[in-house]
Amino acid sequence: MRQALDVSALPSFAFGQRSILWWATLGMIAIEGTAFALLIAAYIYLKWRVPHWPPGVAPPDLTWGTLTTAIVLISVIPNALTKRAAEQLDLARTRLWLVVSFLFALAFCVARALEFTALNCWWDSNAYGSIVWTLLGIHTTHFVTDLIDTGVLAAIMFTGRLDANRFVDVSENAFYYYFVIVSWLPIYAVIYLAPRFI
Amino acid sequence: MSATIVAREITADHIAAEQQQLARTWAQPRGLIGFLSDVDPKRIGMRFIVTALVFFALGGVLAGLMRIQLAVPENHFLGPDLYNQVFTMHGTTMMFLFAVPVMEGLGLYFTPLMVGARTMALPRLAAFGYWMFLAGGIFLYVSFFLNIGPDNGWFSYVPLAGPEFAPGKRADTWAQLITFTEVASLVGAIVTIVTVFKFRRPGMTLDRLPVFVWAQLVTSFMIIFAMPAVMVASTALILDRLVGTHFFNQAQGGDPILFQHLFWFFGHPEVYLIFLPAQGLMSTLIQAFSSRPVVGYVGLVVALVATAFMAFGLWVHHMFAVGLPAIGTSFFTAASMMIAIPSGIQIFSWIATIWSGRVRLEPPMLFALGYFVIFILGGMTGLMVASVPLDLQVHDTYFVVAHLHYVLIGGAVFPLFGALYYWFPKFTGRMPGRGLGVASFWLLFAGFNLTFFPMHVLGLHGMPRRVYTYLPDMGWNTLNLAASSGAVLMALAVIVMIVNVIQSLRSGAVAPDNPWHASTLEWATSSPPPPYNFYPEPVIDSRDPLWNDPADLPIVIGVRADRREVLITRLLDAQPDHRYHSPDPSIWPFVTALTTTAMLIGSIFTPWAVVWGSIPPAIALIAWFWPRPSMLNDETHPPENARPELSAATGPP
Repeated sequence: MRQALDVSALPSFAFGQRSILWWATLGMIAIEGTAFALLIAAYIYLKWRVPHWPPGVAPPDLTWGTLTTAIVLISVIPNALTKRAAEQLDLARTRLWLVVSFLFALAFCVARALEFTALNCWWDSNAYGSIVWTLLGIHTTHFVTDLIDTGVLAAIMFTGRLDANRFVDVSENAFYYYFVIVSWLPIYAVIYLAPRFI
Repeated sequence: MSATIVAREITADHIAAEQQQLARTWAQPRGLIGFLSDVDPKRIGMRFIVTALVFFALGGVLAGLMRIQLAVPENHFLGPDLYNQVFTMHGTTMMFLFAVPVMEGLGLYFTPLMVGARTMALPRLAAFGYWMFLAGGIFLYVSFFLNIGPDNGWFSYVPLAGPEFAPGKRADTWAQLITFTEVASLVGAIVTIVTVFKFRRPGMTLDRLPVFVWAQLVTSFMIIFAMPAVMVASTALILDRLVGTHFFNQAQGGDPILFQHLFWFFGHPEVYLIFLPAQGLMSTLIQAFSSRPVVGYVGLVVALVATAFMAFGLWVHHMFAVGLPAIGTSFFTAASMMIAIPSGIQIFSWIATIWSGRVRLEPPMLFALGYFVIFILGGMTGLMVASVPLDLQVHDTYFVVAHLHYVLIGGAVFPLFGALYYWFPKFTGRMPGRGLGVASFWLLFAGFNLTFFPMHVLGLHGMPRRVYTYLPDMGWNTLNLAASSGAVLMALAVIVMIVNVIQSLRSGAVAPDNPWHASTLEWATSSPPPPYNFYPEPVIDSRDPLWNDPADLPIVIGVRADRREVLITRLLDAQPDHRYHSPDPSIWPFVTALTTTAMLIGSIFTPWAVVWGSIPPAIALIAWFWPRPSMLNDETHPPENARPELSAATGPP
């Protein structure tokens, strides 16, 4: 007879920091968060180079940028509900809140497109324009990525090839979406408030 | 529901049957599609290693061309334009296509084995990383042969590499190569971190992790925080060149120095991305060939972590000649000198290990001892150039060339060759030839010092880097000729190694599981390891399981053998947590890499390639992600039925 550690009764999936996907997502967040931090550092660096900021142009209009900020802040609610439904393996509510989250992301992308028209500069006007367009552009690619992720997950949830790991995917996607939201707030401050108040 | 200790009758028949089932489940897929779909960490790691060694050989040939050119004054073997490309290609190849990927390859191969896992986390992501690395390397060399190889140095400074002074596509080639290699490194880092955190065999607590795995873990964290800087720098460079942004254009409020800051915020940690895994290799080799646990395990791990932190506070020491404020440069001088503290801890720990152990002078140990001589010399010149007044004298001279080669070849290539020799039996199932191993060490050691030691003197005599030739009356002739003859010895050393590999593969003695009597888990399985790595899997009870663990430790049972299942354990104490169905082989990582390659190369020519070119990789990624019937978790669907399991699955960690 030999001693054995029998693990067959353990569950075959887990949420949150117990799951490997959560850690992988956190790794992505660390990478992209660092990129955002460096872009913001570049913005501050470039600001030091010139006497007036923004140089020769008006600051970006507040309307669309503030609207997108409002949309992302409200979208915390459907995102939280999606995450909770997924972690309860509640298919009906997961489907519902995924669709609502998707619609919010879609509304955001429309407002974001209009936001680009109100920056009062072009990427090739000067270095200020370059960094503002890059900041907004890179954040937008994150949002578009999350829009596609959410859409694909919703499609999977409706087509039915399901097991518990798909709910883990939904939960981790919601976790990532929190990052996309939270990273927007400092970028909003840099793009919209910095030219006015510093 | 939890893991329980039970008593079981486990017969040899039972073990054989389980091994057969595991071999079927984890078998390598067949054919070309199978080759491209493979997700075995050992084969992905080996592909990284072999590809990186091919690039090492190519980079070595380029170095040889430079040494031919510089052997005599006023030589016309290479013209100035080609020489610029050759030294840029050499640096870019060695940094991005050899040193970082080869360490990543060793990490992918051995991290799962050393933590006692059947595979690694996110294996498809690792496969994707390999294909991106390969595509980037091929892209660079095809560009070179089409005369659009980069020619602005491996760090591609603006304004020289900007739109004004670098027309054509050469600088774009460099910037996009960076994208390829950074994607490969970043995904490798995530895979490594998750594997170390969640895939450890029960009992392998963090303080029992082999030092090599610690080094890989710390390196992965550095990659995550360093690579984004070069991502930002190279993207801004491409944008300046392609769509007319002004990040680095002084006339429009930009600043070329910003590029240097961003590049070196990555570039200095980059040196440690190469050096830290090599430190892990050193601890591995010295422990194995001193036949005793390494002295000062905790100190070694703390030194790795400390070096990683300090690495992010050193970047300005590459920019002392820029003319930055003195208070800033003083800070970076102090920070640079502080690196000597963790490096010293490591070196003294190793000396103590050797001193108190029973040393066996096998070829891997010779390479490890070579490190001491060469790396410490490089560290000494490092202290010298960390000081601003001295640095200003030798900046951009051959003194710096000598310093960086002493650090990188001594600090990384010697341990690497030692490690490749050490793990050769595990890779291939054959013992490497000892005589040729010793010969290659001495050839490399002598050749290296003959090549690079004279460069210190050349630098002090004022010979600048990156000149394609020099006048005969500068007093540099003899030392240059000596350096070039040293390069011949180094080439000979590499040829001897290749002969040794071929000979050992064909007629080497068959390797047992643990030919060096080492202590870590990769030696607990056959040479080469089966696709599923281990069966049976006893729990871990000490830092050196093969030396200390009793033979009757409980073995892990209940991980399914009829699908690619792994046991996930908890982060700190490595207690069993849940079982996980690891992804099956898939062609989609390859397709995603291929389509991403098309997008990245297209983006050199038109910005629209980014817009339209993103669609195929997005489709490939969706196909990659889309659930397959074979991957469905038959224990948890339909989801309504899974609710009772929920409380166990979402309970406290």
